[in-house]
Order: sequence, then structure tokens, then C-alpha cells
Amino acid sequence: MRSLIDVLDLSTGEIDELIATACDIIENPAKYSEACHGKKLATLFFEPSTRTRLSFEAAMYELGGHVMSVSSGASSSAAKGESVADTAKTVSCYADIIAMRHPKEGAPYVAAKNASIPVINAGDGGHNHPTQTLTDLLTIYREKGHFENLTIGFCGDLKFGRTVHSLISAMSRYAGVKFVLISPEELKVPSYVKSESIKKKGIPYVQTEELMDVIGDLDILYMTRVQRERFFNEEDYLRLKDSYVLDPKKLEKAKKDLCIMHPLPRVNEISIAVDDDPRACYFKQVLNGKYIRMALILKLLKEAGTL
Amino acid sequence: MNIDSISNGIVIDHIKADNGMKLYELLDLGSLACSVAIIKNVTSKKMGKKDIIKIDADIPLNLDVIGYVDPGATVNVIRDGKLVEKKIIGMPEALTNVIKCKNPRCITSTEQELPHIFKLTDKDTKTYRCLYCETKA
Repeated sequence: MRSLIDVLDLSTGEIDELIATACDIIENPAKYSEACHGKKLATLFFEPSTRTRLSFEAAMYELGGHVMSVSSGASSSAAKGESVADTAKTVSCYADIIAMRHPKEGAPYVAAKNASIPVINAGDGGHNHPTQTLTDLLTIYREKGHFENLTIGFCGDLKFGRTVHSLISAMSRYAGVKFVLISPEELKVPSYVKSESIKKKGIPYVQTEELMDVIGDLDILYMTRVQRERFFNEEDYLRLKDSYVLDPKKLEKAKKDLCIMHPLPRVNEISIAVDDDPRACYFKQVLNGKYIRMALILKLLKEAGTL
Repeated sequence: MNIDSISNGIVIDHIKADNGMKLYELLDLGSLACSVAIIKNVTSKKMGKKDIIKIDADIPLNLDVIGYVDPGATVNVIRDGKLVEKKIIGMPEALTNVIKCKNPRCITSTEQELPHIFKLTDKDTKTYRCLYCETKA
């Protein structure tokens, strides 16, 4: 049974197909409005989530399907000590496809091994969040029209941000890509991500603490939240915190066709004044997330022989 | 120093110096009833120094454990005082229930019945990662 646990489970060809389907859904929504008629999505969220759960649910509704939802671990049999494997086997009896978020890393993999229906990893701890990466890829594609020859800047917390690591891995498969890694010393990209996804593939990259030194070079700027508690000392936090807040003044030096992305939730790292800038793409990203999840649900249900 | 030769058993040879005790523990050789000798820091032309383990019984060994700890080690099977088989080990592609994932956020930390599986992800750096959470061993 085909599931999606890690974005790298998909070939670049399959990602192209998903993107093509998502673009077709955007162009012709009526064509898909009954595509999953009578099918049921179980959203098993053992951890809080706003965007991802609602995005999956909206995706299934727009495909004409139904949704059954577990919105916290406390309200499920997991609270009684049920194993992930047993939960997956049980839900397989009711639903046609599962989207699972779980605080334990590897839980969706265990679910996929035990379910008789496709399982989509909707985020497992700090590990994988493949549908966020697919969302990011669809956004890049819709804004730029291609993945090759792009200079992508990642700014903020590059150490703990799983969306950053995952997008670096996914984009490292395309030719002519360059990475610009902008973060304080404490929050640099982990060495294993650099060695496995960047250095081994010979991809050019720049590491810097200063956003303003590099902002003019970027085609994509992927912002993330810098949290005070991640710093070892207060001085560094105070010195650097403002340099990672994107505002209209900083954007004066950026390219006219820069694409500003953020996995959200935003706290204060992008000024609200940037929202009206045509280069701000983070709310478009949210919408793209729904379309790519629609495409993914369709693909997995078709491969399972359910559609 | 002399250790008696064995007539029926196993000699694990070419173990890098200091890996002998680690192998002894991971192979759980302490639980065997037969004689087991660990010879440390043996002078070797090829390796400088090496460890050797002699087991005075022909028991099944988990070769994956040996390959994980020391892929250069060799396993010699002795019967009636003669060498009947020499096994070159190499790195195993996967390890099951040999080591445990140390990541407290890994699903194996709460679900005790799951097997602890590690996959070889980089042969050059001898890197094994947890099948579930991809944490390095």
C-alpha cells in the first residue's frame, strides 16, 4: 500500500505529476468536486494543529468526500495506551485514507506499515512534514514556473525547523539551485543536513548571519521564526532579533520578483506591513497547501485502487 | 601469553584493538556456559594491534552485530581442530534489535514492542540511522 511518510519517497517525476494535478484543480475545480464521492478521510491528529488539519479536511470536502476527525490524543484510544499499529488497523476498517500527525517521530511510518489503506504523514514531531514541503514546492512552481536555477534563502531558525531541512532536501534534486543560509550561529543548519543534502551533491551555498548582505541575490526568501528560548544568551538574541524581522525597508534591496515564503504561524518575523507587498506569498502558500493535498489524496486513492 | 587452541568452536579474529569487549557484550557472550577467551592487544603485522575472541563451542553468532562493530573482523569456524570455514563479514544493511534508538521523541521510546531497526545510510562514514526517526546510531 502506497503511503507518504517522507517527501523523498516521491520521485521528482511524481512531484511534477502532483503539481500538474494541483494546477488542474485550481483551473477546473468543478471537474474534481465529486472525485472522492463516498470516500472517507480520517484525520488523526494527536498533536495540536490549525492549518494542516483544516487544510486536509477542506481538501477532502472539495473533492466531494467525507472527513472523520480525531483532533487530540486525549480524546482517542491512544490515551488508554493503544498502540499506533492497533489504531491504524482499526481506522482502516472505517476510512479510505488516513492523515496522521503525531508527536512521536516515526509514528506515521508505523501506522503505514500496519494500515490497509494509505497513510499520509501530516507531521511527526521534529522529523518530517512532507505535505508542507509539497505545499512549498507548489508555491515555488506557481510563482517561478520552474525549480531549476533558483537562489533560495532560508532565514531564521535553520537548526530546529523541519520544514527548512525538508525543503533543502527536496530542492537539492534540481539543477542550478543555490542555497543561502541566514541564521545566528546557534541556529545554523545541522551539519548532517549540510553534508547529506548540500555538500555531497556539490550544491553552492553561502552561510551568513546578515540578511541584508544577501537579500538582493535571492529569488526565494523562506522566513522562519526565531524563538528567544533557542538562544544561549540574551545578548545575542537582542543583537540579532531585529535583523531577522522582514519589513518594507529591508525589502527595498530585494529583487522585484522575490517570492517571500513562511510555513506559518508567523509571530513577528515578517512585519504586517509586508503583507500587501506583491512579493508576499505566505498566504498563497496556505491556499496552495489545500490544492496539493487534494492532488495527493487523489493520487494515493487511485494507487490504492479505491478510486 | 598462551591460550589453548580450540578443537570445536569459533575464533573471531582481526578485531580492531579495543573492539573486543564491545563485541563480547553485544554478542552476549557472558551468558554462554562454555569457555570464552578475549585476547586484547595481540601484536599483528597487518593491524599493529588487534583483539581476538575464542569461543569453545560452535554456536550461532549474530554476524550483523560483528559487522556493525567491526566490519573488518573475520569469523573462523573450527571443527576437529581444523579451520572449516572463514567468514568475511562486512557492514550489514540493517540491524534489528542490536542497538536502541536514543531519541526520546522516537516512537520506539513509547511503544516497547516495536523492533529497534537501524539502516545503513552511508557506507563511507559507517552511518546507521533509526528506521523510524532517522536519528544517527
